Amino acid sequence: MSILPTSRRARSATGAGGAGGPAPMRLAPREGEVIDRKRSVEFRWNGTPYTGHPGDTIVSALAAAGERVFSRSYKYHRPRGVLTASYLDPGAMVQVGDEPNVRAAHRLVAAGMDVRSQNTWPSLRYDVKAVNGLVERFLATGFYYKTFIKPEPLWPLYEKVLRTFVHAGEIPPDSAPGCYDQRYAHPDVVVAGGGPAGMAAAVAAARAGATVMLVEEEHQLGGHLRFGGPAERARLRELAAAVAAQPGIEVLTDAVVEARYDDNWIPIVARSLPGIDERLIKARAGTLVVAPGLVERPYVFAGNDLPGVMLSTAARRLINLYAVRPGHRAVVLTANPEGDAAVADLESAGVEVAAVVDARRGETVTAAHGRHGVRAVELGDGRRVEADLLVTAVGWTAPTSLLNQSGDQPVYDPRAARFRPDPARMPDDVLAAGGIAGDGDLDQLVAHADAVGREAARRAGAAGGAGAGSAVAVPSLAVDEHPELFSAGTGGFVDLSEDVSAKDITTAVAEGYDSVELAKRYTTATMGPTQGKLETVNTVAILAAATGRSIAETGTTTWRPMYAPITLGALAGRPHQPVRYSPMQPWHERHGAVPLVAGQWIRPEHYGDPAAEVTAVRTGVGIIDVTPIGKLDLQGPDVAKLLELLYVNKWQKLGIGRVRYGVMCAEDGVVLDDGVTGRLGEQHYLMSTTSSGAATVWEWVENWLQTAHPDWRVHVTPVTTAYASINIAGPRSRDLLARLTTDVDLSAEAFGYMNVRTGTVAGIADCVLWRIGFTGELSYEIHVPASYGLHVWQRLLDAGADLGVRPFGVEAQRVLRLEKGHAIVGQDTDGLTQAFSAGVDELIKLDKPDFLGKPELVWQHQRGTHPRLVGLQPLDGSIVPPEASQILDRAGGIAGRVTSSRMSPTLGRAIGLAQLDPELAVVGTHVTVRLPDGSDVTAEVTERVHVDPQGERQRV
Amino acid sequence: MMLLPCPWCGPRHAGEFRFHGAAGTRPDPATTTPEQWRRYLYVHDNPRGWQTESWYHSAGCRRFLTVERNTLTHEVRSARDTQLDAAPNAAEDAR
Repeated sequence: MSILPTSRRARSATGAGGAGGPAPMRLAPREGEVIDRKRSVEFRWNGTPYTGHPGDTIVSALAAAGERVFSRSYKYHRPRGVLTASYLDPGAMVQVGDEPNVRAAHRLVAAGMDVRSQNTWPSLRYDVKAVNGLVERFLATGFYYKTFIKPEPLWPLYEKVLRTFVHAGEIPPDSAPGCYDQRYAHPDVVVAGGGPAGMAAAVAAARAGATVMLVEEEHQLGGHLRFGGPAERARLRELAAAVAAQPGIEVLTDAVVEARYDDNWIPIVARSLPGIDERLIKARAGTLVVAPGLVERPYVFAGNDLPGVMLSTAARRLINLYAVRPGHRAVVLTANPEGDAAVADLESAGVEVAAVVDARRGETVTAAHGRHGVRAVELGDGRRVEADLLVTAVGWTAPTSLLNQSGDQPVYDPRAARFRPDPARMPDDVLAAGGIAGDGDLDQLVAHADAVGREAARRAGAAGGAGAGSAVAVPSLAVDEHPELFSAGTGGFVDLSEDVSAKDITTAVAEGYDSVELAKRYTTATMGPTQGKLETVNTVAILAAATGRSIAETGTTTWRPMYAPITLGALAGRPHQPVRYSPMQPWHERHGAVPLVAGQWIRPEHYGDPAAEVTAVRTGVGIIDVTPIGKLDLQGPDVAKLLELLYVNKWQKLGIGRVRYGVMCAEDGVVLDDGVTGRLGEQHYLMSTTSSGAATVWEWVENWLQTAHPDWRVHVTPVTTAYASINIAGPRSRDLLARLTTDVDLSAEAFGYMNVRTGTVAGIADCVLWRIGFTGELSYEIHVPASYGLHVWQRLLDAGADLGVRPFGVEAQRVLRLEKGHAIVGQDTDGLTQAFSAGVDELIKLDKPDFLGKPELVWQHQRGTHPRLVGLQPLDGSIVPPEASQILDRAGGIAGRVTSSRMSPTLGRAIGLAQLDPELAVVGTHVTVRLPDGSDVTAEVTERVHVDPQGERQRV
Repeated sequence: MMLLPCPWCGPRHAGEFRFHGAAGTRPDPATTTPEQWRRYLYVHDNPRGWQTESWYHSAGCRRFLTVERNTLTHEVRSARDTQLDAAPNAAEDAR
């Protein structure tokens, strides 16, 4: 909402007299500009239409139209304009549509963009929160730790109020989800930075045979050459042509090397790609060449955050890349040739240069004055110069993040007035090139980078083995002298992202926070979106001055990943987890199955009416797709020994054709998995595991075989997906299966409960049939070669039509097994449930000499204080307590919890399983169950088996 | 994420493996005390420097490896197939 009268006519940046209206600050066409003047794009800034050109950033288009203020500062809501005119610009964070915190000096304008300033009210121009500046005492140094703390109960209120003052953007709840992508890459060489050094290194590495990724944060390659003079532009054309002509280089622009982890594991976030918002590239590089150039450092003085105070590189970017005049009348503070070049650029752009203040001669600027922008500049000699622009060129910071993350510790070099990498501490697979490595003219920097690129290729093993051939002689770079200029000592802001003033740093020192890491956290200097690239060295310098130590003694803070803030979308990406389906899935989908995500599997939860599915199994016959059940084929003379070790029960006497249920524990006695294992032959067994435990058990088995018993002769083959598995359950299951089986005698006498046979089902040979009963009914579990799964499933349904055969899903199976009192590992047990709490006491054979977890189970049994798994029935059978409801003891303490709870269609009442303290775990005891709404119900402890306790139904 | 030199698969991303910790000795379950057993379960050395560890190449050859790794520098001095090391013939049979 704006209270300013807004023009109905689009404010245009197309040039004076253009179709859309005036763009007062747009210059005549310039060599090297990156805008396309033949075309226009219209966008909106705080609701008002503006026009720019393709190639313009949001900020350059607005600046061309005469805008100077793009945001309000973090704490004091001071107006902020262009400082760096690059990605780092702390004064140019905006909301674009539903995307917050967009770097407006980097993001290109696009047609229809809705750009808004963040958290200004009622408008950018008249932000009432600027009153913060008047009540600065509430936001004193370290205010996070001092104010808004007490009284503590008021903190939620404080937090709510403070949140509205923070200039983060917002994500509307109805935002469309973005499209974020991921990619793996294995380049020989990653070059971080596409300036002259990066380009030369990439070409040299590729010529030496390496595959290269050349990653540049800006929208074009070239670095500072892009906004240089004719000689620089000519050099840029040469280098760009060499990159384009050289095979083996993948160029990524608008992309950032975010970090460097062990062995050059390198995340790269790339934008401006077709069809997606961002792509996270996970690269494993042979060699990393770090060539990010140098970042120009702001100067600290009173009024240094006023719109109109900008870096020399910012002025040159605006003029030379975007043909935007940064102001009308300028003062330039220069300490280096780049500052001198800015003077020339300003003059060529028609800016009146009112004063050049040469820091090399000891001249300085002490203050900038103005309210919404610079109006006058005060010089060190006391002069006051009317100007709307103050350009500073006081030195450089080496953004050594990627080197720090490689183990390097930058060292302060007072001669060069910057921190520099320590080559002795760099690992072999990381090299530095360009300004971060040293100074020199363009020829020297390119020659150095060329050698670095060749050496990077050699170390990556691009030609022959890694490190083959003799090392390339990399010329050393000189380091130019540069005056040390950090602060004029007149106040001003050190960190423009976080609104940390020079005074805040000295106050922190006075309060005892005199180490750089402490002062950083106390003041939050360097902790904002620019992450120290602009402000770290100034912070250190002011801290050093306040403590009387040198900058080298003070040291610097640690530069951690990420190099640039990363979106949650890029981190989350697109899931790469494979999804598994059984061969019968197409049938399930055609027949109304409601899908259930179970680990990696998608399987039917039910087909519309789980209660009817339960009844069909209890009264007739049902079939369920149990393909996800884990299956391990075990062969060899020592399988029985292995089973004895893994399971809590005994296996030595399992006969051929027999099946046994087993529970396995980890070494802490906690239940790991359960399932049945059958013996198919003399040395041949088939083990089943839970669906979710298949991978864990396989690893567990391999672990004990490979590490503890390397001499045991057992071969393990996972066959989970080699078979499609179908459970046929219900009193008519034998009748149904008999119609499709010719070579297996299904009679009770020939094929009893807990037996296994192999044979032919529906014409398919080599099926495994076991007679087991998770549902408590007569049932057969058949494993058929997977490619015939759908065929057998269909034949069962066709052959059993007159028997009323019905497919059932996981939900009906859960109810059926709960009626039968069978526990599910991971639901009725958890990560602390030892085996005697899992209702399998009769299975645990403590007289076995050894099995995994045995000592813990011996002690659990001796103590006897463990929770028990019991059956539970609410006295009011219509109430189904939600799973995880607490069970209370008589004093109101927690005595247990409901682990499974359902309405039983067979009994017509609620039934459950519960973990319960031993004093209460006595059948017939009444216990109190607290429901999530706070009300209590009374339930009776029962046997675990709710239906058919004698097991007569499954032994027919 | 570092690279581990798998003797079967070559240098691979550590994310392909599961770390099973420093190789410990299982006490005799017949004579162990709770103190000894829980030391085996939970109390592991955390040395600064060289350590012999067990890694399972779950997304590769599915073999358990005995790895000598420097916990400070992540340098790997050796990575051998655990079973092959202990019982060369049995491991050959199993493959």
